[in-house]
Amino acid sequence: MTASATDTGSPAEESSRAPQPEQAGRRMTMAEGVTQWRSSVASGDIGSLPVVLGLAAITIIFQAQNSNFLSAQNITNLILQLASIALISTGIVFVLLIGEIDLSVAATAGVGAMLIARLVAEDGNEIPWLIALAAAAVAAAVIGLTHGYFVAKLGVPSLIVTLATFFVLRGLVQGPIAGGTGLIRITDPAIVGVANEFLSPALGWVIGIAAVVAYAAVLVIDDRATIRQGLVTQSTFSLAGKIVMMAVLLLGLVAITNADRGLPLLAVILGLFVVGWTVVAERTRFGRHVYAVGGNAEAARRAGIDVDRIKMACFVIGAVMAAVGGLVVASRLRSADNAIPVSNLLLNSIAAAVIGGCSLFGGRGRVVNALQGALVIGAVESGMGLLGWPSDRKFMVTGVILLLAVTIDTVTRRARQTSGRG
Amino acid sequence: MSTATPLLEAQGISKRFGSVQALYQVDLTLYAGEVLGLVGDNGAGKSTLIKSISGNHRIDDGQFFFEGAPATINDPKDAARLGIEVVYQDLALCDNLTVTQNMFLGREETGRTGFLTESLMRRKAAETMRSLAVTTLGSVDLNVARLSGGQRQSVAVAKAVMWNSKAVILDEPTAALGVAQTRQVLDLVRRLADQGLGVVIISHNLHDLFEVADRFLVLRLGQSIGTYRREDTSQQEIVEAITAGAISAVPGQETSLSEVLA
Repeated sequence: MTASATDTGSPAEESSRAPQPEQAGRRMTMAEGVTQWRSSVASGDIGSLPVVLGLAAITIIFQAQNSNFLSAQNITNLILQLASIALISTGIVFVLLIGEIDLSVAATAGVGAMLIARLVAEDGNEIPWLIALAAAAVAAAVIGLTHGYFVAKLGVPSLIVTLATFFVLRGLVQGPIAGGTGLIRITDPAIVGVANEFLSPALGWVIGIAAVVAYAAVLVIDDRATIRQGLVTQSTFSLAGKIVMMAVLLLGLVAITNADRGLPLLAVILGLFVVGWTVVAERTRFGRHVYAVGGNAEAARRAGIDVDRIKMACFVIGAVMAAVGGLVVASRLRSADNAIPVSNLLLNSIAAAVIGGCSLFGGRGRVVNALQGALVIGAVESGMGLLGWPSDRKFMVTGVILLLAVTIDTVTRRARQTSGRG
Repeated sequence: MSTATPLLEAQGISKRFGSVQALYQVDLTLYAGEVLGLVGDNGAGKSTLIKSISGNHRIDDGQFFFEGAPATINDPKDAARLGIEVVYQDLALCDNLTVTQNMFLGREETGRTGFLTESLMRRKAAETMRSLAVTTLGSVDLNVARLSGGQRQSVAVAKAVMWNSKAVILDEPTAALGVAQTRQVLDLVRRLADQGLGVVIISHNLHDLFEVADRFLVLRLGQSIGTYRREDTSQQEIVEAITAGAISAVPGQETSLSEVLA
């Protein structure tokens, strides 16, 4: 195995050229799949189970209390409400994955919203909306780089760095960026359209079906690659089950939203970001290195990974996604408000990632957790709104759910640690 | 074996930290296919020596030869390029990643599209494990957090040898292991040598070393006391060399080394 040392970058070079692997790849039988699933659950690897069960429970409770909960209009509104939280939260996932925190996301969202509103405002020196978005993204990237520099290069705890920038940015939003007003109206149709545009029913179906087909294609291609390598892959039942579930979810969403105003453009934007960041996190070397840094930074460093660069990049992703969330907030309200930095955005978006299943200890979590957690928070808020509950009770319930989620994480973590055999 | 060109040769290696002469004129010779036990008391310079060979310390004086040719080792990348890998005591594995992901960490393979080729890596990891006859590991898809100490050690060793490395240095590989797991790791070390690698193994446990090493290099107070073939020596002789081997005076060193390092 070590005899032909011509190419040091590739292991077992001779065997990779072999046309036939030693073992034949195949699919698991359904029984094998069930056994494997049970053993991973028993060892504390419960994945999305708690959040899915939680969502089901929330849905049943509120639907029983008020039949409007699952109405087309309410579900469409729910998507529009949770999008900004979910978008910011996808960025938080990256920051949590490296074991850090960003307390300035709502302030950064405020910077993004205010900057865009001001740049496109028709005051004689407005600029095209696309350039305004780019400017906001650059501003957010600079904020993220600043966080990364202080945390990675200087070793200042991220809790303090981002708390400090929260204050600074809040001041900037109230003062120079807002330019003397507390609220800037947005009339630019493109910016307003982000959260207020709905797709035609036909286009909604096309997008929904295309997404399901793409998802199925990726799963099938993955399975075939696995079998080609002589490995055992999931059972046909598991493969089909995943595709059917995704089809029910996405096509159901299209059907429901079409019964109201149509599929929101915002849902498509949110979907693209969730899929895009999932690909980055789970299918690229960068993403793998993010998990490695969160799991054991010293091991990552010894493996030749530039740990500082990875940390800086994650803070940049966190800040840029916060600005995207700010854009969505401003678009929905058709105005940017200097109170965005002190809104519930910060706590909700961190809570969403954690409720979704991201560990605060780094190295564990998925981008989709942001969406799942935002769904829980959004559903609770929406359900209580329908029941006419005051916001004090919403806060209390959200707090209990957050505590539950973190407790589940901690308890299953213990199970994972003790499942090492010997 | 001794007639062949050594795989790795270190001649007259010296390293000084401030006023402390950590290594003085140390020689090390490693042949392909042998296990060399590196022994010495705490502070004898074992760690400094392997950190010099692996490029983590720059030597002050001395010369390395790799496969007979003079070699410069100024940083870990130089060592890796030559085919020298070190498995440190703390293993440097990511608990949240699978066996495969750990083995390919920093050297992940990607397809033409730039995305990770996970199944290819899984197959290669499984093949490496099979070629090393690491059979206790259930699957290369398990998270490292779920492995036992011996299994983790096997993963760390496999990670080091799967990159066409020729020399592997193991720092206290059995220190934290139970009897059965120590057995596994020692068997693995023997197999590495049988596959033609040169293995340097550091251990305080002479009993373990006598099971697996072909030769011993004894260090004391930063100097090499000598090398001993397993057939020609005994644990008692090695212990005497470790504790009382004759060392020479270091020029320019006012206090004696034993006082500084004691």
